[in-house]
This record gives sequence, C-alpha cells and structure tokens, in this order.
Amino acid sequence: MADDILAQIDEQVKKHPILIYMKGTPAFPMCGFSAATIQVFDSLGVPYETVDVLENPAIREGIKRYSNWPTIPQVYIKGEFIGGCDIIREMHAKGELEPLVREALTRSCTGEQ
Amino acid sequence: MATGVQPITAEEIRDRILQAIPDAQVQVRDFTGGGDHYEAVVVSATFAGKTPVTRHRMVYGALQDAMAQRIHALALKTLTPEEFEVEAQTAGLGKTQTL
Repeated sequence: MADDILAQIDEQVKKHPILIYMKGTPAFPMCGFSAATIQVFDSLGVPYETVDVLENPAIREGIKRYSNWPTIPQVYIKGEFIGGCDIIREMHAKGELEPLVREALTRSCTGEQ
Repeated sequence: MATGVQPITAEEIRDRILQAIPDAQVQVRDFTGGGDHYEAVVVSATFAGKTPVTRHRMVYGALQDAMAQRIHALALKTLTPEEFEVEAQTAGLGKTQTL
C-alpha cells in the first residue's frame, strides 16, 4: 500500500522534466514557501508541472519519505530531487538553476536520454 | 496533528542543531513572533564540500520529530564560515548578527 505511493511518485518525477510538489496550485498557492518557489520558475519563464499535495494526503506523506525530506515544496528535475524553497532560491540567486532547467527541458524536447 | 504538542521555541531549535552539529554557529529567528515560522542560519565548517541538500538534511536530521510535528515552517540557510563572510558583506547580514 505505502510502497504503491512511492512507486507512483517515482513514476511522476521521472515522467516530467520539472515537477514541483506544492501546497495549492501555481495560480493559488496555499503556502508562502510554495508561492516563492513557483515565482522562481515563473521568472525563468519555463514550463513545469505541479502536484498539489493538499489534494492527496497519501502523496503529501509519501513524498517526504521518497526524498527523505521533511518539508514541502519539493522540486524534482529529471527525476532528481533538487531541493525545497530555500535551495531553489539560493540556486536561482547564484545563477545555477537556469542552466539545469534549460538542459532538462532541451533533453526532454529532443527525446534524448 | 497530535493534540497537546508543545510549540517549539527558537532556543530549542538552536540547542538541537548544536547537539547534532557542535561546531555550528546558529541563529534562529522567530519570523512572526508566534512560534510557528522560524528562520535559522547555520554556519559550520562541516558543510564544506557538501551540497545544499545534504546540508539541509543534516539540520533537518537534528530536528527530526520536531520537524514532523512541532515546526510549521522553517526557512534554512546553511553556510560554511567562508560563505558566511561573503554573505555578511554582500547582504549586510552581519550587522545584527551576534555570530
């Protein structure tokens, strides 16, 4: 049962080049940290997918176990856990996020592995 | 959410981090004054060569059960002493800092 959730999450993060687990939606974030994270990606002007953990309590708990990370939001790029709000903002400030994001999107568009 | 859970204090957060990372210099700020939104700046030489994710996990690890139940929100900054120097100069962080 619980492992089903982890398998489901694993599938989600690998399917989308950029996936953000958040509280609420990009249009209506329900938490300041989620809102700040979305703001960073919007400022980059790149497409991303989100999962609203408030809509799914099992994912809300499962995602913390999946990444061994106790907080939400959580950002995954190419299936890899990148960090929460603080790390994303820090990487963005240092100019480290954009290249990572661009590379992830380029690869997914050309179907390259 | 469990009932009867004591809200955590800034001091307790600081103590727990220090227990796990003894060489750390820790500053915890209660964002709202309400005991539920905290910001912690943790400076430690043990962070050198570690990714931000690893550093944050070290701090979260120190707060384990509290993180799950008693801390609603914690903004984290994890820096090496060298990085802190740079931050302090560029962001004026050091002005009010007692680190």
